[in-house]
Amino acid sequence: MESPLIQLENITKSFGGVKALKGVSLTIQPGEIHCLAGENGCGKSTLIKVMSGVHTPDHGQIFINGKKYKHLSPLEAIKEGIQVIYQDFSIFPNLTVAENIALGSELSAKRKVVSWPNMRRIAKEALSKINVDLELNEKVENLSVADKQLIAISRALMQKAKLIVMDEPTTALTHKEVDALFKVINGLKQDGISVLFVSHKLEEIFAISERITILRNGSNVISEQAKNMDTEKLVYHMTGRKLQDKYYDVDVKNKVPILRTDKFGLDHSFENVSIEIYPGEIVGLTGLLGSGRTELAESLFGLLPATSGRVFINSKEIKIDSVQKAVKEKIVYVPEDRLTEGLFLEQSIERNIIASTVVSLLTKLKMLNQDKINQSVENWIDKLGVVTHSSKLPVKALSGGNQQKVVLAKWLSSNPNILILNGPTVGVDIGAKEDIHNIIKDLAKDGLGVLLISDDLTELRQNCNRVLVMNKGRISGEVRGRDFNQKTWSELQEA
Amino acid sequence: MLNIPKPNPGPLEPGQRKQLILPILNKDGNLTRLFFIMMFVFILMGSISPSTFLSLDSFISMAYQFPVFGILSIAMMITMVSGGIDLSIVSIANLTSILAAGIMVKFLPPDASLMTSILIIAGAVACSVIMGLLCGLVNGIAVSLIGIPPILVTLGTMQLFMGIAIVITKGQAIVGLPMLFSDIGNGSLGIIPFPLIMFIICIILAYILLNKRAFGLKLQLVGTNPVASKYSGISNSVVLLKTYAFSGLFASIAGLLIIASTNSAKADFGTSYILQTILVAVMGGVNVKGGFGKISGVVMAVLTLQFLSTGLNALHVGNFFKDFIWGIALLLVMVINEVSNRIKEKKLVKQN
Repeated sequence: MESPLIQLENITKSFGGVKALKGVSLTIQPGEIHCLAGENGCGKSTLIKVMSGVHTPDHGQIFINGKKYKHLSPLEAIKEGIQVIYQDFSIFPNLTVAENIALGSELSAKRKVVSWPNMRRIAKEALSKINVDLELNEKVENLSVADKQLIAISRALMQKAKLIVMDEPTTALTHKEVDALFKVINGLKQDGISVLFVSHKLEEIFAISERITILRNGSNVISEQAKNMDTEKLVYHMTGRKLQDKYYDVDVKNKVPILRTDKFGLDHSFENVSIEIYPGEIVGLTGLLGSGRTELAESLFGLLPATSGRVFINSKEIKIDSVQKAVKEKIVYVPEDRLTEGLFLEQSIERNIIASTVVSLLTKLKMLNQDKINQSVENWIDKLGVVTHSSKLPVKALSGGNQQKVVLAKWLSSNPNILILNGPTVGVDIGAKEDIHNIIKDLAKDGLGVLLISDDLTELRQNCNRVLVMNKGRISGEVRGRDFNQKTWSELQEA
Repeated sequence: MLNIPKPNPGPLEPGQRKQLILPILNKDGNLTRLFFIMMFVFILMGSISPSTFLSLDSFISMAYQFPVFGILSIAMMITMVSGGIDLSIVSIANLTSILAAGIMVKFLPPDASLMTSILIIAGAVACSVIMGLLCGLVNGIAVSLIGIPPILVTLGTMQLFMGIAIVITKGQAIVGLPMLFSDIGNGSLGIIPFPLIMFIICIILAYILLNKRAFGLKLQLVGTNPVASKYSGISNSVVLLKTYAFSGLFASIAGLLIIASTNSAKADFGTSYILQTILVAVMGGVNVKGGFGKISGVVMAVLTLQFLSTGLNALHVGNFFKDFIWGIALLLVMVINEVSNRIKEKKLVKQN
């Protein structure tokens, strides 16, 4: 057996109160396509950052090519040939393809003057290594997501990569683009380059990897040859539960839709969206990044007032031109980015919870009524099971799942009729994820209409009674929740 | 009720012990520290020159001096809590007080009856306060509706308001304010000087505004994270409009105190106050990034600096050293705050 390219042993890493990694080990052989799998928030990203020297682990050992590193610096990691391609690819959109690819080598050559012919030669060579042909003078911002990814890969190759780590590389790719990417990855393997493929999408994991390492809640669960694994085992190890499909069904006969849109549209984002949400329904909404799904949600919430079409709430037409109007019509929105859009991180849990409902918690003299505030806050902390010693602690001290519960509490305390959730369980640990799913289902059973935006197939299948797929600003398909899977997803996507 | 077990109250941390002694100052280490620094300065000055510093006369004289500065600091503070800044407060104070002085000088005949005098003075005061609100609204509109960064907006309006004031007065001071007005401004209720009473009213007003009203909560939330407040259904522009209007209002009150005590109104009075009020706010624990700030902190910072300057005066160090010593004191407090916050954060991380 060859000596491993990289070996991580018993790595632990904490951030504030959160233990992100609890003794994780990972070994990658040269030329191996290794998959790092796990649900969102299981510590995958942290592990990558330890490997690339961004984070120094609290404990544990790192061996690269047999050499032990105590404090691996990003520079050392690059020198050892470890290249990470993050989800945003870290490229310069305003520069050309050639500049992006060759910049690193050009910089390390330490010439005083840029040699343009040299740059183009390097770029061409790099692209030919992965059998790709791109216009070298095109600005990168004009390229598709898949092409940007190829640029990031070829740039990594130029830095003499021995291991390329790809963090969720397929998030924004269509089915065909994913296949193309897999060809490139297999090509890399032929050249003896290892690939660490980070993902939580089951179908992809089996399509590409030779070996699978699964993380759950910051711990190693298993590391096994792909051929010895199957979907059931994988899901079991990822979630800690047997794959048992429970579905959410609801009967909407003889009911009036709580929300209906008619040819709803927003310039340059989405158009002709006609959907209905009935009370008690949990409607899933998915689509690639940039499909217009977030914009649709934000239009319904009044953040990006729609430019065409009509909205009806309980059959009454209304115009949602501001967030205040949406809130008045009892439409609320749990945004995509919890940390920047959903929470006031430095403020207390209490203040976060009452942020939207403070006007209903006043005394006769319009002063804050601390009794009412305490009552409301304690009620919601209790109801949603937010784990904390005190509601006066800053919300940033909480874990992801508890933070998300606080965002939910903020809106649920306003007693909404329509709840729009955008990626409600991203970066949330499994226990809290299940809690949040149960909360959503309970709310729907009480007659709320829920629109659940998500990338997570399992989440959509198990919690939604039907799922809408968006593509390029249009609703491209609809399917029953229990029939939603990778296959139907790609079919609807390319419909 | 919460069903999570409370952690055992083990041996008290040093910080907690202080909290028991000073329940009003609990929760916030910076405030506690500031309190002790204030007491330290007071005792130091008192022990160096007990006869002059610790006399009733000296206290009364102080009580005439710091209210103007204190009220301007409150005006500055509330805009800083919103995540902004208001550099135009001194210009607003001068412009509004020139308006008030102009009205009084122009419309009040020397032989007016007491009743007329009171009416005209009240009218002038009302005009001045309304003018302050309007000036603040101009700032608020530019910041919230047009979206220009507050520092640029108020830098511009600082110049604008001062310019208007200079044009109106042709650069001259307006003098000859009615006796009645300066009598009130220099008068006292019992032994409590009138400016101090105004300062206390402003403190109460600002305290209620910040801590007891929904507006204050929204103000702090907008200051913490304007994106999240937008996503929470808070109208950021309304909050900011109100913030700058209140700042203008407080500035105009300070302006009235200035003309009452100096008996004249000038376009360029107290321009050095602007930067000092920022420093006082920061020393008082207001977060420069916005979102956090306590009135009590600002009051303690103002008092500390007043003790320092009166104490130095008593020592006949004179005004040459005042700026120097203030600068040192402010920097020291900020360094101590920063360092101790960092230590606290490290401790928190370790505990977890």
